[in-house]
Amino acid sequence: MSKLINSINEAIKQSGLKSGMTISFHHHLRNGDFVMNAVVDEIAKLGIKDITINASSFFDAHAPIIEHIKNGVVSGLECSYMSGRIGVAVSSGILDKPVIFRSHGGRPADIISGKSHIDVAFVAAPTADKMGNCSGKYGPSACGALGYAFADAMHADHVVVITDNLVPYPLSDFSINETYIDAVVKVDKIGDPAGIVSGTTKITRDPVGLVMADYAAQTIKHSGLLKDGFSFQTGAGGASLAAANYLKDIMLAEKIKGSYGMGGITKYMVDMLVAGCFHTLIDVQCFDLDAVNSLRTNPGHREVTASHYASPIAKSAAVDNLDVVILGATEIDLDFNVNVHTDSSGVIMGGSGGHNDTAAGSKIAMIIAPLVRARLPLISDKVLCVTTPGKTVDILVTQRGIAVNPNRPELLANLKGTGLPIMDMRDLQKLALGITGTPKPITRGKKVVAEVIYRDGTKIDEIMQVI
Amino acid sequence: MEIKAKSFAGTLESSDVFVEVSPNSGRKINLESVVLAQFGDDITRVVNEVLDSFKVDNIAITLKDRGALECTIRARVETAIRRQEGK
Repeated sequence: MSKLINSINEAIKQSGLKSGMTISFHHHLRNGDFVMNAVVDEIAKLGIKDITINASSFFDAHAPIIEHIKNGVVSGLECSYMSGRIGVAVSSGILDKPVIFRSHGGRPADIISGKSHIDVAFVAAPTADKMGNCSGKYGPSACGALGYAFADAMHADHVVVITDNLVPYPLSDFSINETYIDAVVKVDKIGDPAGIVSGTTKITRDPVGLVMADYAAQTIKHSGLLKDGFSFQTGAGGASLAAANYLKDIMLAEKIKGSYGMGGITKYMVDMLVAGCFHTLIDVQCFDLDAVNSLRTNPGHREVTASHYASPIAKSAAVDNLDVVILGATEIDLDFNVNVHTDSSGVIMGGSGGHNDTAAGSKIAMIIAPLVRARLPLISDKVLCVTTPGKTVDILVTQRGIAVNPNRPELLANLKGTGLPIMDMRDLQKLALGITGTPKPITRGKKVVAEVIYRDGTKIDEIMQVI
Repeated sequence: MEIKAKSFAGTLESSDVFVEVSPNSGRKINLESVVLAQFGDDITRVVNEVLDSFKVDNIAITLKDRGALECTIRARVETAIRRQEGK
Protein backbone atom coordinates (compact mmCIF):
# COMPACT_ATOMS: atom_id res chain seq x y z
CA MET A 1 0.00 0.00 0.00
CA SER A 2 1.11 3.57 -0.66
CA LYS A 3 -0.40 7.02 -0.22
CA LEU A 4 1.83 8.56 -2.90
CA ILE A 5 0.02 10.91 -5.29
CA ASN A 6 1.69 12.21 -8.47
CA SER A 7 1.17 15.93 -8.03
CA ILE A 8 -0.14 18.65 -5.76
CA ASN A 9 -2.94 19.19 -8.30
CA GLU A 10 -4.12 15.57 -7.99
CA ALA A 11 -3.81 15.66 -4.21
CA ILE A 12 -6.08 18.72 -4.09
CA LYS A 13 -8.65 17.00 -6.33
CA GLN A 14 -8.52 13.84 -4.18
CA SER A 15 -8.96 15.90 -0.99
CA GLY A 16 -12.40 17.07 -2.13
CA LEU A 17 -11.45 20.72 -1.55
CA LYS A 18 -14.29 23.05 -2.58
CA SER A 19 -14.86 26.79 -2.75
CA GLY A 20 -15.44 28.29 0.70
CA MET A 21 -13.29 25.78 2.57
CA THR A 22 -10.29 26.32 4.90
CA ILE A 23 -6.78 25.04 4.24
CA SER A 24 -3.78 25.18 6.58
CA PHE A 25 0.02 25.39 6.55
CA HIS A 26 2.79 25.49 9.16
CA HIS A 27 5.63 28.01 8.96
CA HIS A 28 8.68 25.93 9.84
CA LEU A 29 10.20 26.66 6.41
CA ARG A 30 9.78 30.35 7.28
CA ASN A 31 10.88 32.77 4.56
CA GLY A 32 12.22 29.86 2.49
CA ASP A 33 8.80 28.15 2.09
CA PHE A 34 7.75 27.14 -1.44
CA VAL A 35 4.77 25.00 -0.43
CA MET A 36 2.01 27.53 0.35
CA ASN A 37 2.46 29.39 -2.94
CA ALA A 38 2.64 26.13 -4.93
CA VAL A 39 -0.57 24.77 -3.37
CA VAL A 40 -2.55 28.00 -3.78
CA ASP A 41 -1.40 28.31 -7.42
CA GLU A 42 -2.83 24.83 -8.09
CA ILE A 43 -6.07 25.67 -6.25
CA ALA A 44 -6.41 28.71 -8.52
CA LYS A 45 -5.87 26.54 -11.63
CA LEU A 46 -8.68 24.23 -10.48
CA GLY A 47 -11.08 27.19 -10.38
CA ILE A 48 -11.68 26.91 -6.63
CA LYS A 49 -12.51 30.27 -4.96
CA ASP A 50 -13.21 31.85 -1.58
CA ILE A 51 -10.56 29.85 0.32
CA THR A 52 -9.49 30.73 3.88
CA ILE A 53 -5.82 30.08 4.64
CA ASN A 54 -5.05 29.29 8.27
CA ALA A 55 -1.23 29.35 8.49
CA SER A 56 0.82 29.48 11.67
CA SER A 57 2.65 32.42 10.03
CA PHE A 58 2.89 34.37 6.78
CA PHE A 59 6.27 35.71 5.61
CA ASP A 60 7.39 37.97 2.79
CA ALA A 61 7.97 34.84 0.67
CA HIS A 62 4.16 34.47 0.63
CA ALA A 63 3.61 37.77 -1.20
CA PRO A 64 2.12 35.90 -4.25
CA ILE A 65 -0.93 35.24 -2.01
CA ILE A 66 -1.76 38.96 -2.48
CA GLU A 67 -2.60 38.26 -6.15
CA HIS A 68 -4.78 35.32 -5.12
CA ILE A 69 -6.68 37.63 -2.76
CA LYS A 70 -7.24 40.09 -5.60
CA ASN A 71 -8.46 37.33 -7.97
CA GLY A 72 -10.89 35.88 -5.40
CA VAL A 73 -9.14 32.54 -4.83
CA VAL A 74 -8.31 33.53 -1.24
CA SER A 75 -10.86 35.44 0.84
CA GLY A 76 -9.69 34.92 4.42
CA LEU A 77 -6.45 34.67 6.40
CA GLU A 78 -5.82 33.35 9.92
CA CYS A 79 -2.39 33.19 11.57
CA SER A 80 -0.19 33.87 14.58
CA TYR A 81 2.26 36.14 12.79
CA MET A 82 2.37 38.08 9.50
CA SER A 83 5.28 40.04 8.05
CA GLY A 84 6.55 41.50 4.79
CA ARG A 85 4.48 42.61 1.80
CA ILE A 86 1.44 40.56 2.82
CA GLY A 87 1.23 42.50 6.12
CA VAL A 88 1.43 45.79 4.24
CA ALA A 89 -1.28 44.69 1.78
CA VAL A 90 -3.61 43.51 4.56
CA SER A 91 -3.05 46.79 6.43
CA SER A 92 -4.12 48.70 3.33
CA GLY A 93 -7.44 46.81 3.44
CA ILE A 94 -7.32 44.32 0.53
CA LEU A 95 -9.41 41.71 2.36
CA ASP A 96 -13.16 42.10 3.00
CA LYS A 97 -12.96 39.88 6.11
CA PRO A 98 -10.60 40.80 8.95
CA VAL A 99 -7.54 38.59 9.45
CA ILE A 100 -7.88 36.46 12.59
CA PHE A 101 -4.73 36.55 14.74
CA ARG A 102 -4.25 33.91 17.43
CA SER A 103 -1.25 33.17 19.66
CA HIS A 104 0.97 30.12 19.18
CA GLY A 105 -0.94 28.44 22.02
CA GLY A 106 -4.37 29.78 21.05
CA ARG A 107 -4.16 28.53 17.45
CA PRO A 108 -3.81 24.79 18.28
CA ALA A 109 -6.29 25.19 21.15
CA ASP A 110 -8.94 26.46 18.73
CA ILE A 111 -8.10 23.75 16.16
CA ILE A 112 -8.30 20.99 18.79
CA SER A 113 -11.54 22.30 20.33
CA GLY A 114 -13.12 22.54 16.87
CA LYS A 115 -13.64 26.32 17.08
CA SER A 116 -11.31 26.70 14.13
CA HIS A 117 -12.02 23.97 11.59
CA ILE A 118 -9.51 22.92 8.92
CA ASP A 119 -10.80 21.09 5.86
CA VAL A 120 -7.45 20.28 4.26
CA ALA A 121 -4.02 20.62 5.90
CA PHE A 122 -0.90 20.72 3.71
CA VAL A 123 2.14 19.70 5.74
CA ALA A 124 5.51 20.60 4.23
CA ALA A 125 7.83 17.81 5.39
CA PRO A 126 11.63 17.87 4.95
CA THR A 127 11.57 14.05 5.13
CA ALA A 128 8.67 11.59 4.76
CA ASP A 129 7.91 8.02 3.76
CA LYS A 130 5.18 6.79 1.38
CA MET A 131 2.63 6.47 4.21
CA GLY A 132 3.18 9.99 5.61
CA ASN A 133 5.39 9.40 8.63
CA CYS A 134 7.39 12.64 8.53
CA SER A 135 10.08 14.69 10.21
CA GLY A 136 11.77 18.08 9.94
CA LYS A 137 15.11 16.84 11.26
CA TYR A 138 16.47 15.31 8.05
CA GLY A 139 16.78 16.10 4.36
CA PRO A 140 18.05 18.96 2.19
CA SER A 141 15.31 21.27 3.49
CA ALA A 142 15.66 20.29 7.17
CA CYS A 143 14.02 22.77 9.52
CA GLY A 144 14.22 20.86 12.83
CA ALA A 145 11.07 20.79 14.95
CA LEU A 146 7.59 20.66 13.36
CA GLY A 147 5.80 21.87 16.50
CA TYR A 148 3.21 24.07 14.78
CA ALA A 149 2.11 21.34 12.33
CA PHE A 150 0.82 18.75 14.80
CA ALA A 151 -2.62 20.17 15.59
CA ASP A 152 -3.30 20.70 11.87
CA ALA A 153 -2.24 17.14 10.99
CA MET A 154 -4.18 15.58 13.88
CA HIS A 155 -7.43 17.52 13.46
CA ALA A 156 -7.91 18.50 9.81
CA ASP A 157 -10.47 16.46 7.83
CA HIS A 158 -7.88 15.64 5.18
CA VAL A 159 -4.08 15.83 5.44
CA VAL A 160 -1.58 16.01 2.58
CA VAL A 161 2.15 15.64 3.31
CA ILE A 162 4.39 17.39 0.74
CA THR A 163 8.05 16.37 0.78
CA ASP A 164 11.23 16.69 -1.29
CA ASN A 165 12.97 13.84 0.52
CA LEU A 166 11.07 10.57 0.24
CA VAL A 167 12.73 7.77 2.27
CA PRO A 168 12.00 4.02 2.49
CA TYR A 169 9.09 3.02 4.73
CA PRO A 170 9.04 3.22 7.69
CA LEU A 171 10.82 6.43 8.66
CA SER A 172 11.89 5.48 12.19
CA ASP A 173 12.47 8.91 13.76
CA PHE A 174 9.15 10.48 12.73
CA SER A 175 7.54 13.51 14.34
CA ILE A 176 4.05 13.25 12.84
CA ASN A 177 2.92 9.69 12.18
CA GLU A 178 1.03 8.04 9.31
CA THR A 179 -2.20 7.49 11.24
CA TYR A 180 -3.20 11.10 10.51
CA ILE A 181 -2.08 11.32 6.86
CA ASP A 182 -4.26 10.82 3.77
CA ALA A 183 -1.82 11.52 0.95
CA VAL A 184 1.88 12.08 0.24
CA VAL A 185 3.23 14.15 -2.67
CA LYS A 186 6.88 14.19 -3.72
CA VAL A 187 8.05 17.50 -5.23
CA ASP A 188 11.48 18.71 -6.36
CA LYS A 189 11.93 21.27 -3.60
CA ILE A 190 9.77 22.32 -0.65
CA GLY A 191 11.92 25.34 0.16
CA ASP A 192 15.10 27.34 -0.06
CA PRO A 193 17.44 26.26 2.78
CA ALA A 194 18.90 29.80 3.00
CA GLY A 195 15.46 31.13 3.98
CA ILE A 196 14.52 28.21 6.25
CA VAL A 197 17.18 28.40 8.94
CA SER A 198 20.02 30.85 9.35
CA GLY A 199 23.51 29.39 9.07
CA THR A 200 24.11 30.97 12.45
CA THR A 201 22.09 33.40 14.52
CA LYS A 202 24.29 36.18 15.84
CA ILE A 203 24.37 38.11 19.08
CA THR A 204 24.29 41.85 18.68
CA ARG A 205 27.49 43.93 18.58
CA ASP A 206 25.50 47.14 18.85
CA PRO A 207 26.57 48.85 22.13
CA VAL A 208 22.96 49.85 22.91
CA GLY A 209 21.87 46.22 22.52
CA LEU A 210 24.73 45.02 24.74
CA VAL A 211 23.79 47.47 27.52
CA MET A 212 20.20 46.22 27.39
CA ALA A 213 21.41 42.60 27.41
CA ASP A 214 23.63 43.25 30.43
CA TYR A 215 20.77 44.92 32.33
CA ALA A 216 18.49 42.01 31.40
CA ALA A 217 20.97 39.40 32.70
CA GLN A 218 21.61 41.39 35.91
CA THR A 219 17.86 41.77 36.45
CA ILE A 220 17.39 38.00 36.16
CA LYS A 221 20.34 37.43 38.51
CA HIS A 222 18.68 39.58 41.19
CA SER A 223 15.08 38.50 40.47
CA GLY A 224 15.06 35.80 43.11
CA LEU A 225 14.38 33.13 40.47
CA LEU A 226 17.92 32.34 39.33
CA LYS A 227 18.59 29.17 41.32
CA ASP A 228 18.66 25.42 40.67
CA GLY A 229 15.65 24.40 38.58
CA PHE A 230 15.53 27.76 36.74
CA SER A 231 13.63 27.73 33.43
CA PHE A 232 14.06 30.28 30.67
CA GLN A 233 12.92 31.34 27.21
CA THR A 234 14.31 34.01 24.92
CA GLY A 235 13.73 35.11 21.35
CA ALA A 236 16.18 35.12 18.47
CA GLY A 237 16.75 38.89 18.38
CA GLY A 238 20.37 40.04 18.72
CA ALA A 239 19.92 41.66 22.15
CA SER A 240 17.92 38.70 23.52
CA LEU A 241 20.68 36.33 22.42
CA ALA A 242 23.30 38.55 24.03
CA ALA A 243 21.26 38.47 27.26
CA ALA A 244 21.16 34.65 27.10
CA ASN A 245 24.91 34.62 26.63
CA TYR A 246 25.50 36.87 29.69
CA LEU A 247 23.05 34.72 31.66
CA LYS A 248 25.01 31.60 30.72
CA ASP A 249 28.19 33.16 32.18
CA ILE A 250 26.36 33.99 35.42
CA MET A 251 24.86 30.49 35.69
CA LEU A 252 28.23 28.81 35.09
CA ALA A 253 30.08 31.11 37.53
CA GLU A 254 27.46 30.52 40.23
CA LYS A 255 27.12 26.80 39.37
CA ILE A 256 23.35 27.05 38.88
CA LYS A 257 21.73 23.98 37.32
CA GLY A 258 18.56 25.09 35.58
CA SER A 259 15.78 22.80 34.42
CA TYR A 260 14.78 23.75 30.88
CA GLY A 261 15.31 26.29 28.14
CA MET A 262 12.46 26.74 25.70
CA GLY A 263 11.31 28.44 22.55
CA GLY A 264 12.36 28.94 19.14
CA ILE A 265 15.79 27.39 19.76
CA THR A 266 19.10 28.89 18.63
CA LYS A 267 22.79 27.99 18.93
CA TYR A 268 22.96 30.03 22.16
CA MET A 269 20.32 27.89 23.89
CA VAL A 270 22.07 24.75 22.57
CA ASP A 271 25.34 26.05 24.08
CA MET A 272 23.56 26.50 27.43
CA LEU A 273 22.26 22.91 27.27
CA VAL A 274 25.71 21.53 26.44
CA ALA A 275 27.34 23.62 29.19
CA GLY A 276 24.92 22.17 31.73
CA CYS A 277 22.83 25.29 32.40
CA PHE A 278 19.72 23.19 31.61
CA HIS A 279 19.08 19.44 31.45
CA THR A 280 16.40 19.82 28.74
CA LEU A 281 15.55 22.04 25.79
CA ILE A 282 11.87 22.20 24.86
CA ASP A 283 11.78 23.05 21.18
CA VAL A 284 8.72 24.06 19.17
CA GLN A 285 10.79 25.47 16.28
CA CYS A 286 14.47 25.73 15.32
CA PHE A 287 15.99 29.03 14.22
CA ASP A 288 19.43 27.89 13.05
CA LEU A 289 21.41 24.86 11.88
CA ASP A 290 22.99 24.29 15.30
CA ALA A 291 19.51 23.89 16.76
CA VAL A 292 18.54 21.42 13.99
CA ASN A 293 21.72 19.37 14.56
CA SER A 294 21.21 19.35 18.32
CA LEU A 295 17.56 18.27 18.01
CA ARG A 296 18.70 15.40 15.79
CA THR A 297 21.50 14.19 18.05
CA ASN A 298 21.01 15.28 21.68
CA PRO A 299 18.37 13.29 23.62
CA GLY A 300 18.04 16.21 26.06
CA HIS A 301 16.79 18.40 23.21
CA ARG A 302 13.12 17.60 22.78
CA GLU A 303 10.63 18.53 20.05
CA VAL A 304 7.18 19.49 21.36
CA THR A 305 3.84 20.34 19.76
CA ALA A 306 2.59 23.93 19.83
CA SER A 307 -0.12 22.67 22.15
CA HIS A 308 2.40 21.18 24.62
CA TYR A 309 4.38 24.42 24.33
CA ALA A 310 1.64 26.90 25.04
CA SER A 311 -1.98 25.71 24.79
CA PRO A 312 -4.32 27.47 27.24
CA ILE A 313 -6.78 24.51 27.18
CA ALA A 314 -4.33 21.62 27.57
CA LYS A 315 -4.26 19.99 31.02
CA SER A 316 -0.85 21.63 31.28
CA ALA A 317 1.61 23.31 28.93
CA ALA A 318 5.32 24.01 29.21
CA VAL A 319 4.76 27.78 29.47
CA ASP A 320 3.00 27.20 32.80
CA ASN A 321 6.32 26.30 34.48
CA LEU A 322 8.43 29.03 32.89
CA ASP A 323 10.38 31.27 35.29
CA VAL A 324 11.64 34.01 32.97
CA VAL A 325 10.88 34.92 29.37
CA ILE A 326 12.63 37.69 27.45
CA LEU A 327 10.38 39.27 24.83
CA GLY A 328 10.49 42.18 22.39
CA ALA A 329 8.10 45.08 21.71
CA THR A 330 7.46 47.59 18.96
CA GLU A 331 5.53 49.66 21.51
CA ILE A 332 4.72 49.45 25.22
CA ASP A 333 2.33 51.78 27.03
CA LEU A 334 2.02 53.27 30.50
CA ASP A 335 -0.10 50.27 31.57
CA PHE A 336 2.62 47.85 30.29
CA ASN A 337 0.43 46.66 27.38
CA VAL A 338 2.72 45.49 24.57
CA ASN A 339 2.28 45.69 20.80
CA VAL A 340 4.19 43.30 18.54
CA HIS A 341 1.51 43.20 15.83
CA THR A 342 2.10 46.57 14.16
CA ASP A 343 4.85 49.14 13.75
CA SER A 344 4.40 52.64 15.17
CA SER A 345 2.50 53.66 12.03
CA GLY A 346 -0.06 50.88 12.51
CA VAL A 347 1.18 48.64 9.67
CA ILE A 348 1.03 44.90 10.44
CA MET A 349 4.57 43.49 10.74
CA GLY A 350 4.32 40.64 13.24
CA GLY A 351 1.93 39.03 15.65
CA SER A 352 1.87 37.38 19.04
CA GLY A 353 3.59 34.16 18.17
CA GLY A 354 4.17 32.89 21.71
CA HIS A 355 4.41 36.43 23.15
CA ASN A 356 1.20 36.53 25.16
CA ASP A 357 1.32 32.79 25.99
CA THR A 358 4.74 32.99 27.61
CA ALA A 359 3.97 36.32 29.28
CA ALA A 360 0.90 34.75 30.91
CA GLY A 361 2.67 31.54 31.92
CA SER A 362 6.01 32.88 33.15
CA LYS A 363 6.78 34.24 36.61
CA ILE A 364 8.65 37.16 35.02
CA ALA A 365 7.85 38.42 31.52
CA MET A 366 10.63 40.84 30.63
CA ILE A 367 10.40 43.17 27.65
CA ILE A 368 13.71 44.37 26.25
CA ALA A 369 13.77 47.09 23.61
CA PRO A 370 15.65 50.32 22.84
CA LEU A 371 14.01 53.43 24.29
CA VAL A 372 14.03 55.11 20.85
CA ARG A 373 14.08 53.51 17.40
CA ALA A 374 14.60 55.80 14.41
CA ARG A 375 13.08 58.76 16.31
CA LEU A 376 10.06 56.80 17.49
CA PRO A 377 9.72 56.49 21.27
CA LEU A 378 9.12 52.95 22.55
CA ILE A 379 6.71 54.05 25.28
CA SER A 380 3.34 55.48 24.23
CA ASP A 381 0.28 56.58 26.21
CA LYS A 382 -1.69 53.75 24.60
CA VAL A 383 -0.33 51.10 22.20
CA LEU A 384 -1.85 50.97 18.70
CA CYS A 385 -2.62 47.28 19.22
CA VAL A 386 -2.63 45.22 22.42
CA THR A 387 -0.88 41.91 21.74
CA THR A 388 -0.09 41.14 25.36
CA PRO A 389 -2.04 42.65 28.24
CA GLY A 390 -0.01 44.75 30.70
CA LYS A 391 -1.16 42.74 33.72
CA THR A 392 0.99 39.83 32.41
CA VAL A 393 4.06 41.99 31.67
CA ASP A 394 6.37 42.42 34.65
CA ILE A 395 9.35 44.53 33.66
CA LEU A 396 10.67 46.71 30.84
CA VAL A 397 14.45 46.89 30.23
CA THR A 398 15.82 49.66 27.99
CA GLN A 399 19.35 51.03 27.62
CA ARG A 400 18.40 54.14 29.64
CA GLY A 401 16.35 52.66 32.43
CA ILE A 402 14.30 49.75 33.76
CA ALA A 403 10.61 50.03 34.72
CA VAL A 404 8.91 47.47 36.99
CA ASN A 405 5.17 46.91 36.74
CA PRO A 406 3.61 48.39 39.90
CA ASN A 407 1.69 45.12 40.33
CA ARG A 408 5.04 43.40 41.08
CA PRO A 409 6.24 45.09 44.31
CA GLU A 410 8.27 42.02 45.38
CA LEU A 411 10.26 42.16 42.13
CA LEU A 412 10.89 45.87 42.64
CA ALA A 413 12.08 45.11 46.18
CA ASN A 414 14.51 42.45 44.88
CA LEU A 415 16.02 44.94 42.43
CA LYS A 416 16.43 47.83 44.92
CA GLY A 417 20.04 48.44 45.89
CA THR A 418 21.47 46.45 42.99
CA GLY A 419 22.68 49.56 41.12
CA LEU A 420 20.33 48.83 38.21
CA PRO A 421 18.69 52.05 36.86
CA ILE A 422 15.13 51.46 38.09
CA MET A 423 12.74 54.20 36.95
CA ASP A 424 9.05 54.95 36.87
CA MET A 425 7.44 54.17 33.49
CA ARG A 426 6.27 57.79 33.12
CA ASP A 427 9.77 59.16 33.76
CA LEU A 428 11.21 56.77 31.21
CA GLN A 429 8.60 57.97 28.70
CA LYS A 430 9.48 61.63 29.44
CA LEU A 431 13.16 60.83 28.89
CA ALA A 432 12.32 59.34 25.46
CA LEU A 433 10.11 62.25 24.43
CA GLY A 434 12.86 64.69 25.46
CA ILE A 435 15.10 63.01 22.87
CA THR A 436 12.60 62.54 20.04
CA GLY A 437 10.04 65.33 20.46
CA THR A 438 6.36 64.45 20.71
CA PRO A 439 5.12 62.46 17.70
CA LYS A 440 1.83 63.53 16.11
CA PRO A 441 -0.82 60.84 16.60
CA ILE A 442 -1.31 58.86 13.39
CA THR A 443 -4.68 58.82 11.62
CA ARG A 444 -6.17 55.42 10.87
CA GLY A 445 -9.06 54.33 8.67
CA LYS A 446 -12.44 53.04 9.85
CA LYS A 447 -12.20 49.53 8.41
CA VAL A 448 -11.12 46.70 10.72
CA VAL A 449 -8.40 44.74 8.90
CA ALA A 450 -7.58 42.28 11.70
CA GLU A 451 -9.00 40.90 14.93
CA VAL A 452 -6.55 39.93 17.65
CA ILE A 453 -7.71 36.95 19.68
CA TYR A 454 -6.05 36.59 23.07
CA ARG A 455 -4.93 33.10 24.12
CA ASP A 456 -8.10 32.61 26.17
CA GLY A 457 -10.26 33.04 23.05
CA THR A 458 -11.49 36.58 23.78
CA LYS A 459 -10.98 39.41 21.30
CA ILE A 460 -8.33 41.63 22.87
CA ASP A 461 -8.05 44.24 20.11
CA GLU A 462 -8.72 45.18 16.48
CA ILE A 463 -6.27 46.53 13.92
CA MET A 464 -7.58 49.37 11.75
CA GLN A 465 -6.79 50.05 8.12
CA VAL A 466 -3.78 52.27 7.43
CA ILE A 467 -4.64 55.22 5.19
CA MET B 1 24.07 82.74 1.45
CA GLU B 2 23.86 81.76 -2.19
CA ILE B 3 23.84 78.07 -3.18
CA LYS B 4 26.21 77.79 -6.14
CA ALA B 5 26.88 74.08 -6.35
CA LYS B 6 25.41 70.72 -5.54
CA SER B 7 26.44 69.20 -2.24
CA PHE B 8 25.53 66.38 0.14
CA ALA B 9 25.67 65.40 3.80
CA GLY B 10 24.56 62.44 5.88
CA THR B 11 23.83 58.79 5.15
CA LEU B 12 20.87 56.47 4.62
CA GLU B 13 21.57 54.61 7.88
CA SER B 14 18.71 54.21 10.36
CA SER B 15 18.43 57.30 12.62
CA ASP B 16 20.33 59.46 10.09
CA VAL B 17 19.22 61.73 7.26
CA PHE B 18 20.73 62.14 3.79
CA VAL B 19 20.60 65.77 2.61
CA GLU B 20 21.22 67.01 -0.92
CA VAL B 21 21.26 70.73 -1.81
CA SER B 22 21.45 72.37 -5.24
CA PRO B 23 20.98 75.85 -6.77
CA ASN B 24 17.39 76.88 -7.42
CA SER B 25 15.24 79.92 -7.77
CA GLY B 26 13.17 80.12 -4.60
CA ARG B 27 13.15 77.66 -1.68
CA LYS B 28 12.05 74.13 -2.52
CA ILE B 29 12.02 71.43 0.18
CA ASN B 30 11.52 67.82 -0.85
CA LEU B 31 11.07 65.59 2.22
CA GLU B 32 10.89 61.81 2.33
CA SER B 33 10.77 60.32 5.84
CA VAL B 34 10.01 57.06 7.63
CA VAL B 35 8.35 59.19 10.32
CA LEU B 36 6.54 61.59 7.97
CA ALA B 37 3.18 61.07 9.69
CA GLN B 38 4.62 61.63 13.17
CA PHE B 39 7.29 64.29 12.55
CA GLY B 40 6.87 65.63 8.96
CA ASP B 41 5.79 69.14 10.01
CA ASP B 42 8.52 69.27 12.66
CA ILE B 43 11.23 68.35 10.16
CA THR B 44 10.05 70.99 7.63
CA ARG B 45 10.05 73.63 10.38
CA VAL B 46 13.61 72.71 11.44
CA VAL B 47 14.89 72.79 7.84
CA ASN B 48 13.33 76.25 7.34
CA GLU B 49 14.92 77.47 10.59
CA VAL B 50 18.40 76.37 9.48
CA LEU B 51 17.92 77.91 6.01
CA ASP B 52 16.69 81.15 7.63
CA SER B 53 19.70 81.27 9.93
CA PHE B 54 22.05 81.08 6.90
CA LYS B 55 19.79 83.46 4.93
CA VAL B 56 19.38 80.93 2.15
CA ASP B 57 16.33 81.79 0.03
CA ASN B 58 17.20 80.13 -3.26
CA ILE B 59 17.74 76.40 -2.81
CA ALA B 60 16.43 72.99 -3.76
CA ILE B 61 16.92 70.72 -0.76
CA THR B 62 16.07 67.02 -0.67
CA LEU B 63 16.00 65.07 2.61
CA LYS B 64 15.84 61.29 2.79
CA ASP B 65 15.13 60.85 6.49
CA ARG B 66 15.55 57.53 8.27
CA GLY B 67 14.32 58.76 11.64
CA ALA B 68 17.04 61.30 12.50
CA LEU B 69 16.70 63.32 15.70
CA GLU B 70 16.25 67.11 15.40
CA CYS B 71 19.91 67.81 16.29
CA THR B 72 21.04 65.43 13.53
CA ILE B 73 18.79 67.08 10.96
CA ARG B 74 20.13 70.54 11.87
CA ALA B 75 23.73 69.33 11.64
CA ARG B 76 23.27 67.55 8.30
CA VAL B 77 21.48 70.49 6.67
CA GLU B 78 24.12 72.94 7.89
CA THR B 79 26.92 70.67 6.68
CA ALA B 80 25.37 70.27 3.22
CA ILE B 81 25.04 74.04 2.86
CA ARG B 82 28.55 74.84 4.06
CA ARG B 83 30.23 72.09 2.03
CA GLN B 84 29.26 73.80 -1.23
CA GLU B 85 30.68 77.14 -0.04
CA GLY B 86 34.25 76.06 -0.74
CA LYS B 87 33.44 74.68 -4.19
